[in-house]
Amino acid sequence: MEQLKTIGRELAMGSQGGFGQSKEFLDLVKSIGEARSKAEEDRIVLHEIETLKRRISEPDTPKRKMKEYIIRLVYVEMLGHDASFGYIHAVKMTHDDSLSLKRTGYLAVTLFLNEDHDLIILIVNTIQKDLKSDNYLVVCAALNAVCRLINEETIPAVLPQVVELLGHSKEAVRKKAIMALHRFYQKSPSSVQHLVSNFRKVGLLRLCDNDPGVMGATLCPLFDLITIDVNSYKDLVISFVSILKQVAERRLPKSYDYHQMPAPFIQIRLLKIMALLGSGDKLASENMYTVVGDIFRKCDSSSNIGNAILYECICCVSSIYPNPKLIESAADVIARFLKSDSHNLKYMGIDALGRLIKTSPEIAEQHQLAVIDCLEDPDDTLKRKTFELLYKMTKSTNVEVIVDRMIDYMISINDNHYKTEIASRCVELAEQFAPSNHWFIQTMNKVFEHAGDLVNIKVAHNLMRLIAEGFGEDDDNADSQLRSSAVESYLRIIGEPKLPSVFLQVICWVLGEYGTADGKFSASYITGKLCDVAEAYSNDETVKAYAVTSLMKISAFEIAAGRKVDMLPECQSLIEELSASHSTDLQQRAYELQAVIGLDARAVEIIMPSDASCEDIEIDKNLSFLDGYVQQAIEKGAQPYISENERSGMLNISNFRNQDQHEASSMHSLRFEAYELPKPSMPSRIPPVSLASTTELVPVPEPSYLRETQKVASSPSVSNADPSELRLRLDGVQKKWGRPTYSSSETSTSSSTSQKTVNGISKVDATGTVNSKAHDNSYNSRKPQVEISPEKQKLAASLFGGSSKTDKRGSKAGKASSHAVEKPQTTKAPVKSSAVEKIVVQPPPDLLDLGETTVVSSCPPSVDPFKELEGLIEPTQVTSSVNHGVVGAANKSPDLMGLYVETAGSGPSTDDANPLSGLTNSAIKNAHEGTTTQLSKGPNTKHSLEKDALVRQMGVTPTSHNPNLFKDLLG
Amino acid sequence: MIKSVMVMNTQGKPRLSKFYDYQPVEKQQELIRSVFGVLCSRAENVSNFMEADSIFGPDTRLVYKHYATLYFVFVFDSSENELAMLDLIQVFVETLDKCFKNVCELDIVFSYSKVVLEAASSAIALVSKSVSSWRSR
Repeated sequence: MEQLKTIGRELAMGSQGGFGQSKEFLDLVKSIGEARSKAEEDRIVLHEIETLKRRISEPDTPKRKMKEYIIRLVYVEMLGHDASFGYIHAVKMTHDDSLSLKRTGYLAVTLFLNEDHDLIILIVNTIQKDLKSDNYLVVCAALNAVCRLINEETIPAVLPQVVELLGHSKEAVRKKAIMALHRFYQKSPSSVQHLVSNFRKVGLLRLCDNDPGVMGATLCPLFDLITIDVNSYKDLVISFVSILKQVAERRLPKSYDYHQMPAPFIQIRLLKIMALLGSGDKLASENMYTVVGDIFRKCDSSSNIGNAILYECICCVSSIYPNPKLIESAADVIARFLKSDSHNLKYMGIDALGRLIKTSPEIAEQHQLAVIDCLEDPDDTLKRKTFELLYKMTKSTNVEVIVDRMIDYMISINDNHYKTEIASRCVELAEQFAPSNHWFIQTMNKVFEHAGDLVNIKVAHNLMRLIAEGFGEDDDNADSQLRSSAVESYLRIIGEPKLPSVFLQVICWVLGEYGTADGKFSASYITGKLCDVAEAYSNDETVKAYAVTSLMKISAFEIAAGRKVDMLPECQSLIEELSASHSTDLQQRAYELQAVIGLDARAVEIIMPSDASCEDIEIDKNLSFLDGYVQQAIEKGAQPYISENERSGMLNISNFRNQDQHEASSMHSLRFEAYELPKPSMPSRIPPVSLASTTELVPVPEPSYLRETQKVASSPSVSNADPSELRLRLDGVQKKWGRPTYSSSETSTSSSTSQKTVNGISKVDATGTVNSKAHDNSYNSRKPQVEISPEKQKLAASLFGGSSKTDKRGSKAGKASSHAVEKPQTTKAPVKSSAVEKIVVQPPPDLLDLGETTVVSSCPPSVDPFKELEGLIEPTQVTSSVNHGVVGAANKSPDLMGLYVETAGSGPSTDDANPLSGLTNSAIKNAHEGTTTQLSKGPNTKHSLEKDALVRQMGVTPTSHNPNLFKDLLG
Repeated sequence: MIKSVMVMNTQGKPRLSKFYDYQPVEKQQELIRSVFGVLCSRAENVSNFMEADSIFGPDTRLVYKHYATLYFVFVFDSSENELAMLDLIQVFVETLDKCFKNVCELDIVFSYSKVVLEAASSAIALVSKSVSSWRSR
C-alpha cells in the first residue's frame, strides 16, 4: 500500500514535468524491487537490456525518449550488467543543444566511462566546445565532466580554457574552475606545475573573491599545496587569519550559516591550514592566537558542528607554537568532550588528548579516569582510539599495564588486520620500555602465542637474538638467568595445543641452545619435549627442522659434557621417520644428527661448541687464501681467470676455439649468475682413469646411468669414433640436470663463504662485541605500584602515575640491530628455505654425486671421523653424513678450481659438433688432471670439519653434495 | 578528501554509491559488502566513526549515520574532520529531504537518476574534496 502511494506520488511528480519517466521504466524499477532472487533480477535486467538494445538503435527515436533510455542504461549498469552497447549514445547525447539532454548525457558518460576509456577522446572535443559556451550552466556541466573524465594526457587540451574560466562572471563557474584545477593537480601535479606559482596568485585572487563560495573552494587546493610546501605560503598567514576572523564574526551572508554557526566548513578548513602554517613557527603562530582564542570562546558546544570546530581548534593549538592560555582552553574543551555522553564526542576527546599530550603531557593526568572509562567502553572504535592514545603515552613506568591491556584486547578480537597492528605495537613498546628481561620474555611469549602467525618473522629472530646475546653488558649471570627463565617458560607453554609456527621455531631453537645449559632439566626431558613438538606439528617442516637441529644440539652438548647419550625410543623413531622424509632438508638433518651422535666428545665439541650462536663470522670475499693455488695452476700452464663480462663478450665472436664451454654457458643467457661457480661440472672433467678408480670405491646402485655417463665422459679422450652421437646424449644429460647442479653449487658457496675464516681468532673478538652493549638498568626505575582499593584508580595510577618521568631507555631493538655483523640466526630461515628448495630440485649432477646421494643408508657410528675422512677406510663411509659437513668447507677451493678449469678447458656440456675441438678439449682436460687432484688436496679436512661444525651450529646448513670431497679423499 | 559516499539500507542493499577513485564494479560491491558487514555489527549507541584501514587501505576513516532504514556512509582520509563529516551527512540528507519532501528510501530507489544528478551536480561529484562548497551550493 505504502509502495503504491509512493508510486502514485512518483507518477504525479513525473507528470509535473520532473523526470518524466514512462510507465515502462517505473514498472522495471518496481519489478526489480519485488524480485525474490538474484536470478529473477538478472532475468529482468537481461530482458531490459534486450529491449534497450533494440530501441536505442532505432532511427529517429525522440530525444525525450532517448534520454529515458540513457537513464535506464545507467540503471542497468548500476545493477552490475554491461551496458557498453549504449555508451556511444550517451556520448552523442552530450552533443545535444538542449541543456537537460546535455546534462543527462554528461552524467551518463561520467558514470559509464573511466578516464582511460577509448571513447574519452570523442568527448574532449565536446567539452572544449562547451567550455566556451555562453550558457553558464553548459559550462558548469562541462566542468563537471572535466573532473571525472579528463586524464593526464588530455589535461593540456582543456587546461587553458579552464584557467580562463577562473575569471568568469558567474561565481558558480569560477568555483568549478578552481575545483577542476585542483583535480588536475591531484591527477598529475606536473601538468599544472607551471601554474602552481601562478596558482598562488590565482589562489590569492580567488581568496579575495567577493563570493565566499569561491573563496571556500580555493581553500582546498591551497591546503594541498601548503601541505607539500609550507614555507612559500607563510606570507598568507595574515590573510587567512583575517578571513577566519571575518567568518567568525559573521560577516558572511546568512545563507552560509549552518545550525547557527557561520560557515563552519570554511572555518574548519582555515583552521587546518593555519595548523600547517603555524607548526613550529612562533612568529606565524602569534598572529593566530587571538582569532583561535576568539573561536574557543564563541563556539557553541551544544551543536555537533560547533564541537567539530572546537576539535579543529584543539588540533590547531596542538600543532602551532604552544601558547599556555590556548592550551588551557583546549584542555577545558577536551574535558567537556570526555565527560560527554556522546560516544562521538568522547572519541574526539580521546583523539584531541592524544594530540595535546605531545605538547603538554601533564594534561593526561586530569583525565585519567575518563580514559579508563573509554578503555572499558563496549564501543570498539572508541577502544581502539584509546589504545592509540595509550600507545602514545607509554613510558617505562606504565608500559606493563598498557601492554598487558593491549594483549588482553588483542586476544579478544578477531580482526586480523587490527590484531597484527596491536601485536606489532606490543612488540615495539616491549622492546622500547621493557622494565625487565623476564617481563619482556613473558610478554613476547603472550604475543607469539596469540598472534604468532601475524607478527613479522623478524620479531622472532630478534627475540632469539636477544636471548642469545643477553641484555646485560658484562653480567653473564643475568644472561643465564634470563635464558633459564625463557627455557622454563617455554617448557611450560610447549604443551599447549596449536601454537603458531613462528613461536614454535623460537621455542625449539631456545630449547636446543639453552635447554640443558643450567642443568635444571635433563637432556632426555627436553629431547622428549622436542620430539613431541615434531610429532604434533608433523606437517610443518620448518618446525620439524628446528626441532631436529635442536635435538642434535642437545645430544652434542651431552656428548661434549662426557655424558652418555641414550636415544629415547620416540626420538629414535622420529629420526627414522625423518630420514625417509620427502623433504631432503629434513632427511639431511636427521642423518647429521645420527652422525653427530656417533662421534666422540672431542670432535663433537668442535662441531657444536655450546652457546656459540653469537659469534661473528668473518668473510674473506677476495678468496685471498687461494692465491697460492691460482699461482701454482698458472705456473703449470693454466690460463688466467677471465672475468665474466669479458668472457661473455668473447662468446659472441666465435665458437671455433677452445672457449667452447663459454658458448655452452652463454647459450642460455638467463643462467648466467648460477654459472659463475661451475664446480659441479668439474668431476666430469676428471680423466677417465680417476673415474674408474672412483667407481671402484663407490658402490653404485644405478650402474646403468653411471656407466652411460662414464662412457660419455671418457669417450672424447679415448676415441673420437662417434663423438657427435655420444656428445648428443651427453648434452641431453647435461641439460636436463645441468641447471639444478649449478643452483646447488650456488647454495654451497653461499654457505661456504660464511664458513670461511671462522676459527679460534674470530671467536675471541666476537665474544668481545657481544658483550659490549648498553646495559639496561631499568629494573630500578620501575615505579612501585600504588595500592588503592578501587580498581580503576589503581589502573589510572599505574597508567598515569609517573607521567612526568620520561626515561626512555635505548631501544633494545635498535641495540640488537646495531650490530654491524649480521648474526647467523637471522639469516637462518631464508638460507634454510633456499636450501630446501634447492635440494629438492637437485638431481645427481654427475656420477660421483650420484653415488653419494644414493648410498646414504650406511653410517657406522663408532668410527673416528678424522680417520674416516683422511684414511677412507671403507668406501661406504664416504657417504656418511659427516662428510657432508666437510663438503661445505672443502668446496671453496674446488670452486675456484672449477671456475678456472671451465675457463681453460671444456665442459661436457659443450654443444659443439666439431670433433676437432672435442679433441683439444680432452687434451686440455688431460693437461689439467694434475692440477685438479693437487688442488683439491689443499684444504685441511680437520679444519674444514671445524668450520662446518660452527656453521652448522649456527643453523646454516651446507647442503650441496660435493663431488670434490671424494676427490679430496682419493687424492 | 572524501573517497566515497554510500547509501545502503539496513539489509545491505546499496542504494547509492559513489567512488571518487575509479574502482571496478566487483571491487565496489566487495567494499560495500564489507562496509555493511561492519556497520550491521555495531551497537546502537556507539560512536559514528570508524577506522576503515582494513577495508579501504591506510589512512581512511568512515563516518556513518543511520536514518530509518538507511545507512549514509562517507569514507574520507585524515584531512577531514569527523564531526564535520557527520554534519555533512546531515546536510546531504537535508538536501534530499528538500528535493523529495520527506525523503524515504523509496525516493532514492525510484528516482535514482535524480539523486545521482543531485549528487553529481553538487560539488561533491565535481571535486571530492570541497566540503566547504557544500554549503554554498
